Amino acid sequence: MKHVFTRTTLLLCALAATSGMADSNKEVISDGVVKIGVLTDMSGVYSTLGGKGTQVAVEMAVKDFGGTVLGKPIQVIGADHQNKADIASAKAREWFDNEKVDMITGLLNTGCALAVQKLGGDKHRITMNTGAASTELTNKASTPYSVHYVYDTYALGKVTGQAVVQGGGKSWFFITADYAFGQSLEQNTTNFVTKFGGKAVGSVRHPLATADFSSYLLQAQSSGAQIIGLANAGGDTINAIKQAREFGIGQKGQKLVGLLVFDTDIKSLGLTVAQGMQFTSGFYWDRDDATRAFAKRFFAIHKAMPTMDQAGAYSATMNYLKAIKAAGTDDPDAVMAKLKSMDISDFFAVHGKIRVDGRMVHDMYLMEVKKPSESKGEWDLLKIIKTIPGDEAFMPLSESTSPLVKK
Amino acid sequence: MEMSFQAVMSQVMLGLNNGVFYAMLSLGLSVIFGLLNIVNFVHGALYMLGAYVALLGYTMLGPLLGMPDYHMNYWVALIAAPLVVGALGIGVERTMLRRLQKVDHLYGLLLTFGLALIIQGVFTNYFNVSGDAYDGKPEVLNGVVNLGFMMFPKYRLWVIGISLFVCFGTWFVVERTKLGSYLRAGTENPDMVKAFGINVPLMVSLTYGYGAALAAFAGVLAAPIYSVSPVMGSEMIITVFAVVVIGGMGSIMGSIITGLLLGMVEGFTKVVYAPASSTVIFLIMVVVLLVKPAGLFGKEA
Amino acid sequence: MNRFVWIALFILGLLVPLVVYPVFMMKLLCFALFAFAFDLLLGYTGLLSFGHAAFFGSASYVTGHLVKNSGLTPELGVLAGTLFAGVLGYVVGSLAIRRQGIYFAMVTLALAQIVYFVALKAPFTGGEDGLQGIPRGVLFGLIDLNRVYSVGGHPLALNLYYFVFAVFCLGFWIIHRTIHSPFGQVLKAIRENEPRAISLGYKVDRFKLMAFVISAAMAGMAGATKSLVFQLASLTDVSWHTSGEVVLMTLLGGVGTVFGPLVGAFTVVTLQSELSSVGSWITVIIGSIFMVCVLVFRRGMVGELARLLKRPL
Repeated sequence: MKHVFTRTTLLLCALAATSGMADSNKEVISDGVVKIGVLTDMSGVYSTLGGKGTQVAVEMAVKDFGGTVLGKPIQVIGADHQNKADIASAKAREWFDNEKVDMITGLLNTGCALAVQKLGGDKHRITMNTGAASTELTNKASTPYSVHYVYDTYALGKVTGQAVVQGGGKSWFFITADYAFGQSLEQNTTNFVTKFGGKAVGSVRHPLATADFSSYLLQAQSSGAQIIGLANAGGDTINAIKQAREFGIGQKGQKLVGLLVFDTDIKSLGLTVAQGMQFTSGFYWDRDDATRAFAKRFFAIHKAMPTMDQAGAYSATMNYLKAIKAAGTDDPDAVMAKLKSMDISDFFAVHGKIRVDGRMVHDMYLMEVKKPSESKGEWDLLKIIKTIPGDEAFMPLSESTSPLVKK
Repeated sequence: MEMSFQAVMSQVMLGLNNGVFYAMLSLGLSVIFGLLNIVNFVHGALYMLGAYVALLGYTMLGPLLGMPDYHMNYWVALIAAPLVVGALGIGVERTMLRRLQKVDHLYGLLLTFGLALIIQGVFTNYFNVSGDAYDGKPEVLNGVVNLGFMMFPKYRLWVIGISLFVCFGTWFVVERTKLGSYLRAGTENPDMVKAFGINVPLMVSLTYGYGAALAAFAGVLAAPIYSVSPVMGSEMIITVFAVVVIGGMGSIMGSIITGLLLGMVEGFTKVVYAPASSTVIFLIMVVVLLVKPAGLFGKEA
Repeated sequence: MNRFVWIALFILGLLVPLVVYPVFMMKLLCFALFAFAFDLLLGYTGLLSFGHAAFFGSASYVTGHLVKNSGLTPELGVLAGTLFAGVLGYVVGSLAIRRQGIYFAMVTLALAQIVYFVALKAPFTGGEDGLQGIPRGVLFGLIDLNRVYSVGGHPLALNLYYFVFAVFCLGFWIIHRTIHSPFGQVLKAIRENEPRAISLGYKVDRFKLMAFVISAAMAGMAGATKSLVFQLASLTDVSWHTSGEVVLMTLLGGVGTVFGPLVGAFTVVTLQSELSSVGSWITVIIGSIFMVCVLVFRRGMVGELARLLKRPL
């Protein structure tokens, strides 16, 4: 209630004063503050791989940048969208309308991301997506103000699909999360499996946050496919892999392949269960000195190593602030122009570049889970077995259906 | 996908596995409804609490007591959780439900709905909605059994066995013993039972406590299969309501059989037309309402 | 009720978006209408439906789909959503009124769950993502509902607000007329003593069904309007939590009172928006309010006030 009344008085004052000052966007920094909103899953299936950790990363970036830009303070606020598009869009609307938020990042869960990105497009505010995966975000749904920063289902499907098919896994059955993300991941992976000589023999859809995968797994088992592809993420992937073990699936003959896997998932599964699994990632904390240095600082605050979403949120925030500084204003159009023209290069992104469709193209990695005997520490989970240059991993602009790409 | 015998049997078996949970929960609802005339909306939350007693007993009780290596044994949890939750149930009955005896029964539904929200909300604050794994499954129950048509986890067989035992045991006590006859008489005519010198309020408390304990017991059984999450009960309760409507609240055996059957029907639907599996119970409910509004085993017209 | 009070409230409704965030006000109006619709059933017919989200939500999907994909104007979209909810209400109502009391509540809950699954699976609903990007459109092909007026530097969607306010007033008027018609008197007779109403020769089931259909249609009108405000129809709108929320709003405000649902909706919506930062503690708070209402406060806020003032409110 307090809120409503403060607004009331504020507005009444404003009304009383004048209406001539309505058009006063000549300030360098709008409203005298740069506000960054972290809107993501803070309590659900994806909260471990994003959640509070994403906000921690964004706050680190702001602190490292110095806390101010062009002499104005930078603020970070966070909220939980609970994986519900309606909550995400209501929150974002309130942030844009009332809180003067300049940029929203995080945005795990494609459904929520699509809603917020659309709103950002309508209201001319920047969204830098580090969490959600669907290629839709840089195709039909792309806006002049949207950036898709870390990874997408095209890159995941292409890199993992190719590696597995070439390793002999020709026939696939998918267990797919039944919403935009899962469908997109299944579709993209199927395309590449077929392209590299394999085939998809069937699929089954499950709701987000499923407790019991047993019946889906049995369907996958009776399909006789060599590979059971898990087109889901977070808690769902973990549950599916665990329950497959319970039924003895994936131990002889058939193999489970997680298409979107995060370090935190492997941590929770344990190396004994996960060893040997291959998947694609946009970041690994133990890649080089720079990543390790960041990871160490992140760990000190969050008590877990950064996932690609969290590291990506740091990098996105940092580069957003750099772009404001370089542009000399936080005007969204000017900042986007800068972001799309500057080189994105830091511990997170190698050879990074934000394309016209908003896709941040950078190196991707094919990862393999270590054997328990190879691991030297609690978080020593993965090894990078192949580095794929961004131009090979991501969808080329020639295939794009983004309205921003002129053909 | 082709409909092989094997595939059908496997899914029906899994359905039976779900069915025993429906049976145990709807049985508890029936017993409570029979004596208290209350639709116990908090039943799902009590089921969830049972699972959390097992989980927290395993992970947090030791450190809390200064014994970091102590993990509450699964078998201990199987006894402890029903006792804890049953006691909580008795507390709720004595302090709150009792005050609603004189007003419309709908208020009982609303009160327990509010209570369910509170319990679920508190747990959502402290635990992951996506659920935590319970690692206390006893060693003996690890591994799979070859049933001929499928490899079935030993643990799930145990769950089916013990649940059937508990369900039919309850039925036996209520329908075939003297204690049960008081209960049934209390349902029909509390004043008459009082005249026989039976402490009816105590009987009501214990009945509610037993229903709660049964839900908690089911929760512990579920913990190693499904991940333990704050919403596990609220997902279950609506389906169980439909089971109760189909079976009719009048009969204990009705609840058990309906629960088991519907679980299997659900499993079978997964093979025939998977997308319908989550609605099939509700569709059956519609048919039953059209044909036999009082439910398959119900007495009320 | 004093004519003066009505006029004052109407003027307040016209001016309030200038001082309170219009999106908040529109949400409030939608939920208040939803609660009024629900109270027609609970307060004036004595039927507790625990599945009213089915009508609220399905109408928001239907309206959203038609406006977005068939290019219907907003007023026709809302009309279509309302009609759809009414028809659905007829189907659900015919099944549910076969049972009474607690069973009625459980049956409506379970039937609403079927609607939920349809919303999850149907091809046009967008499943977990919901139906997004619903355009607000141009009212009667003349008035652009997206038009934003800058008042004191704040962009206010006034066209949309007044549209929502008009819908709310219309819905409220329909419900009010229903309650105070001879038909409404029969409903009250049924609530007080059903066997007596039957013995007086009323076809009770037909009256109940009629009330159910009106209530469902008005709940649908609220949901349809909400889908235009938020440009989104989602599973939340059809979930049983929403059904529970409307029960709470009505109960908290006061069942069967003129202003109860409005007060209840205002309290709950305000709590939700002001306490959104406390995360799921909001569920705990709502649950607690529920219990307090049931245990000590069964008349609700307006009901208790009316008792103190010794006059109906």
